[in-house]
Amino acid sequence: MATFILRRIAVMVLTALCLTFIVFTLTNLGPNLEKIAKTQGNARMSDADVASWLAGHGYMRPLPVKYGEWLGVLPGYVIETPAGVRGRCFGDAAEIPPGAPRFCGVLQGDWGNSTVFREPVADIVATRLGLTAKLMFWVMVLMVPSALLIGVLAGMREGSRTDRTLSTVSILSTATPEYVSGVILIAVFASSAVGLKWFKGTATSAMDHATFENFFLPVLTIALYGMGYIARMTRASMAEVMTAQYIRTARLKGVSFRNVVLKHALRNALIAPFTVIMLQFPWLLNGVVIVETLFNYKGFGWTLVQAAGNNDVELLLGVSVVSVIVVLVTQLISDIGYVWLNPRISVA
Amino acid sequence: MEPLSWTGVMAPLMPVLWIAAAVFAAATAIRLVASVFVAEGNRVTQSDGTLAARTGPLAVLDRIARMAFFAVLAYVVTFVVVGIVAGPGAGILGAVAQRLLPVWLALAVTFALSIAFKGRLGLYGKLFDSPIGMVGFALVMFWVYAAIFGAAGLILTHDPLVQISGMKNALPGSPVAGNDGAVYDWYLLGGDNLARDVFSRVIAGAWVVVQIAPMATLFAFMVGITLGLPAAYFGGRLDTVLSFLANLILAFPVILLFYLLVTPEIVQTGLPAWMGAVMFLFPIAFTGILLNARYRTRPRFNVPLLAVVLGAMFWIYLSLISEPGSAISVLPRPLDLFDIPGGILVVFVSVVFVNAPTVLRIVRGLAMDIKTRDYVAAAQTRGERAWYIMLWELLPNARGPLIVDFCLRVGYTTILLGTLGFFGLGLPPESPDWGSTINEGRKLLSIYLHPALPPAIALLTLVLGLNLLADGLREESLRD
Repeated sequence: MATFILRRIAVMVLTALCLTFIVFTLTNLGPNLEKIAKTQGNARMSDADVASWLAGHGYMRPLPVKYGEWLGVLPGYVIETPAGVRGRCFGDAAEIPPGAPRFCGVLQGDWGNSTVFREPVADIVATRLGLTAKLMFWVMVLMVPSALLIGVLAGMREGSRTDRTLSTVSILSTATPEYVSGVILIAVFASSAVGLKWFKGTATSAMDHATFENFFLPVLTIALYGMGYIARMTRASMAEVMTAQYIRTARLKGVSFRNVVLKHALRNALIAPFTVIMLQFPWLLNGVVIVETLFNYKGFGWTLVQAAGNNDVELLLGVSVVSVIVVLVTQLISDIGYVWLNPRISVA
Repeated sequence: MEPLSWTGVMAPLMPVLWIAAAVFAAATAIRLVASVFVAEGNRVTQSDGTLAARTGPLAVLDRIARMAFFAVLAYVVTFVVVGIVAGPGAGILGAVAQRLLPVWLALAVTFALSIAFKGRLGLYGKLFDSPIGMVGFALVMFWVYAAIFGAAGLILTHDPLVQISGMKNALPGSPVAGNDGAVYDWYLLGGDNLARDVFSRVIAGAWVVVQIAPMATLFAFMVGITLGLPAAYFGGRLDTVLSFLANLILAFPVILLFYLLVTPEIVQTGLPAWMGAVMFLFPIAFTGILLNARYRTRPRFNVPLLAVVLGAMFWIYLSLISEPGSAISVLPRPLDLFDIPGGILVVFVSVVFVNAPTVLRIVRGLAMDIKTRDYVAAAQTRGERAWYIMLWELLPNARGPLIVDFCLRVGYTTILLGTLGFFGLGLPPESPDWGSTINEGRKLLSIYLHPALPPAIALLTLVLGLNLLADGLREESLRD
């Protein structure tokens, strides 16, 4: 088991390195750099000005070197300027400050500065991630129990009318992406045109204090899309368990249907949905981006859109590192959990 | 011109519809809750050990629900028929039904022919045994026909890009201001924020989806199959590398990937065009290997066949990727068969890129399972080559799950296209595609519902149709 986890972690680190390198490369392509220079410096710079600005800020060096600096395995650049020196690790100064570190990258905990928000990336990511965690927590609270309930009810009598109705409901929910269900929910429950106005159409105020009124619609919107998929997986798993030999044995020895479901089938049927729920995280991340944009909830997904839309390189890198790590860690947990929950599988 | 009401002459019959729909919803809901407590089925074991068939409470609810459902269905059909005859006389919905006349006719013909010959149509024919599959197929074909006839200019009431002054945010059924008979008299589903006709934009948006989604999915399947089969069949290091790459792309949040690939700066570097140039090679490679594996032993037939097929495909390939003024411009103007607008090509490439790794994993999983079968061993013993076994033994036997996944994936691609439009990526801003329209409409959602809801419902019904179709196909393909 230990070697299995170690190997998975090694693959995970390799994947994270590759992905950040790809993001780094794409954000450092020529036209993107030009955009940075023009937004940071002056919008009307000539090509020569752009080139000198980029050179003066350390952008014109080979890509692997820049990546190494960002990562913190190569010493940060130090460039002579007319006013003194400019270094990656200490900014503009007359001369290199005595206590300045040589390495300053992600590994040293220095995530750089956002060019849009003018704040350290680490702070932005931490606050925004906290807000999104709040959203995700309530999504999970709503989504997982209802999805499992629907799945178990549908799967315990496969092919029955209940099964058909619930399966259709879960198909409907998987067929409704967040930007459709969000729009419909806002239209019905929050607009003055329909006039119900039960909830608020924006969740901006939920960032400080979330109430049922301002937070329910975004939570429901994300939960609806993920729910159908988990419910269908639970249904398939439950239906498979219900045809197993030991269930038939239990039925034949006279155990009531309720007890068969609750005591014999349920635990085994919930192994597969566990992995599915864990693997839902990358998908939910997608939903989070859409819903946070739709409801103007300034969390992690909203930050991603802002960073990507403005080519805020360091913020975008920070965001992608975090999201990639979230995806990979959930994959790891799902693998370990599957092995741990399922007695039939053993990893030497 | 008077503004149209929603139902016109049909208004007196509306309560009937509401009552039937309410009864259906209530019966379904009560039945759902009751089925947890009341035993399913109508067979009761009596004390002497015999079985008796009784009509239980659930069966009664079932019958009520079914009758209510057929009442709703009958009402809808009546409405469409009345609408076709009366047009605007039957209100907005009647006029819409009349505009959609070619779609109704095409649907009726398709269903009549398919049901008449369903015994001879294989898996497609069996679809018409499953109610779920039929509903799904009807929804999908509705949008396909609407898109095709819309592109042919039959359904649209106005040009989807033209603004008519005075119609900004006009309510559904508003008469076109100052119309002298040059254009259709009403904005059936109202006008959007830029005074364009919502109904025409929804229909034109269907054409964007129908053009891109199936093709992009097909390309993703070609890439996934061409890489997934050898990964599973040869295994070893090839499998490790390909699986690692697939997982790498899958670990990206899709939206981040879109933002990285589709922004104007990246498009300017030509990266998506080059990615397209690589990805569009896969269908050629796939076809080439497929034909060569089959006819390799008959060179006199094989060589001309390959020359013609691959030559034609390569020409189409070059016309596809080469575009004057973009990063890749290889083909001289007269030889260039067609030009895809730059934005569409980029969207297409990124959607294929996102879908291909998932297909690869599915194909790999299926092929891993099938390659242990006896007929594969038999082919190996016969001395067949690896590619023959992969493409003519493994692939045909994996077709069932792949067809089902294809339907689901077209739906997912539709959702992805909507996502791209929603974030304003790739497609031009005035494009009538559903994602962009939803994004525009949502800004005024608290006051005006009509610009945002029709495209949202359109996208929902199309994806729902594809999912139901996949479900029906899965059920029917498992039956044999």
